[in-house]
Amino acid sequence: MTTGAGTEDLLRDLAPQVLGVVIRRFGDFDSAEDAVQEALLAAAVHWPAEGIPANPRGWLIQAAVRRMTDQLRSERARRRREDAAAMAEPPPADVTGRDDTLILLFMCCHPALTPASAIALTLRAVGGLTTAEIANAFLVPESTMAQRISRAKQRIKASGVPFLMPAGTEWAQRLRSVMHVLYLIFNEGYASSIGADLHRTELSSEAIRLARMLRGALPDDGEVAGLLALMLLTDARRPARTGPGGELIPLAEQDRTLWNRALIAEGMTLVTEALANGVVGEYQVQALIAAAHDGAESVEDTDWPQILALYGLLERMTGNPMVALNRAIAAAMAHGPAAGLKLLEPLDGPLAGHYRLDAVRAHLFEIAGDPQAAVTHYRAAAARTTSTPERRYLTTQAARLRAGTAEPGADG
Amino acid sequence: MTKFMLLQNYEASAGCDVPMTEWALEDIKSHIAFQEALNAELAANAELVDAQGLAGPELAKFVTFDGAGAPVVTDGPFPESKELLAGYRMIDVESEDRAIEIAAQASAAPGPGGIPIQQPIEVRQVMGAPSSDL
Repeated sequence: MTTGAGTEDLLRDLAPQVLGVVIRRFGDFDSAEDAVQEALLAAAVHWPAEGIPANPRGWLIQAAVRRMTDQLRSERARRRREDAAAMAEPPPADVTGRDDTLILLFMCCHPALTPASAIALTLRAVGGLTTAEIANAFLVPESTMAQRISRAKQRIKASGVPFLMPAGTEWAQRLRSVMHVLYLIFNEGYASSIGADLHRTELSSEAIRLARMLRGALPDDGEVAGLLALMLLTDARRPARTGPGGELIPLAEQDRTLWNRALIAEGMTLVTEALANGVVGEYQVQALIAAAHDGAESVEDTDWPQILALYGLLERMTGNPMVALNRAIAAAMAHGPAAGLKLLEPLDGPLAGHYRLDAVRAHLFEIAGDPQAAVTHYRAAAARTTSTPERRYLTTQAARLRAGTAEPGADG
Repeated sequence: MTKFMLLQNYEASAGCDVPMTEWALEDIKSHIAFQEALNAELAANAELVDAQGLAGPELAKFVTFDGAGAPVVTDGPFPESKELLAGYRMIDVESEDRAIEIAAQASAAPGPGGIPIQQPIEVRQVMGAPSSDL
């Protein structure tokens, strides 16, 4: 049985392997990537109607090679005609598809690219998504996305990076870039998986698929396992994150029976195994925090002292003030709102004007039994957020609290 | 088909002179539900191109540049912030009459106590291709 979804999954799995082979044969990443994209589009048209060929990988390689050859031939048309037999040449002997996927990821997440370009190129070259699909996910016109991808490829060409595994210390740096890009793709999908933007959740699924691919290539890397675990443990909560009207539901109020138990179990196993293997990195710590939430029956049941300790560790690793903000929440839950509010004080500088600081302060004032201060900060946060679901959530929080206080309705 | 922008700002209107942050919880909820329903209706009619709210005036900036030196970037708060754009809908409709009909619907969005806000909706046609017999 050939289903559309089955074909699509197969095509996306094969995309980086096929691209690797074509680059090896022709040595030109830019045109090879275009040729493979055309081969994928052709397969998406033919396979559902005619059935998946016996050797789908060979079919795609041949289709892409034919396009490359056509292109080269038209370029050289005046000089000489290519022999048709060259086009019918069987695909070259199998090279390790795993390594090709990894080299391609390293290439697409090259530090010369901006994150936006790296994301687009990764989704197309490694993820096998079409330009139209990527454009749709990022809510920009297809021509804009096509241009972004084309410029990214030009930059890679200009940087002269060979189609080889980077060596030495560069290898570790490039792997960090790859993990960061996959994390950004995941977040782009997860953060916007609210209400009307439902189709964007595909980005999260795609990031998980790519992270699985990366783990397949590097099964012994603890941070790669941590990244995949973090994605799974976060994505598991997605069904409970949105209400019937598309409104945002915070962790504390989510119906935990809606959480995806299979994803949680897989994520927990991954991160536990990774920890046993030594060096602990940022993604593992974040996965452990997600696991602590996912393993709790309720907010009250949550092991807040453990989460507090993990955020402390993460803050020392990253020095990120947003991590410090989360540590303050954990401190409030573990030791009471006063402890949390105290930890927020040093953040007035680094997070000045950031709505999240006001939102957290509002929440902690609310727990502390100071609704007036909470309303003030909820309003300030609502005025400064750039997300519609968040603005709605913060505005309704302020209104809900105001209904319970004696504050007059209109005080400007 | 013709494209129109329906624009709205923060100005107080006949039905409501209180910012939404001062409304009762239920009024906020029914207002949001109304806007969502209107967008869904336009999408179902194949008339919706895009509908977006803009981040608040607190985050607005004005930029001017004379082509030399450094651009001048002015931060808020702005004394005339009520005139700033709050959000827009772009629609693709059969006629101006239809655009006006949709604008009227949007203007009657419920405010405090469910009373229509009567917010002025600016209706602006988007420039298009020249007519073929020009």
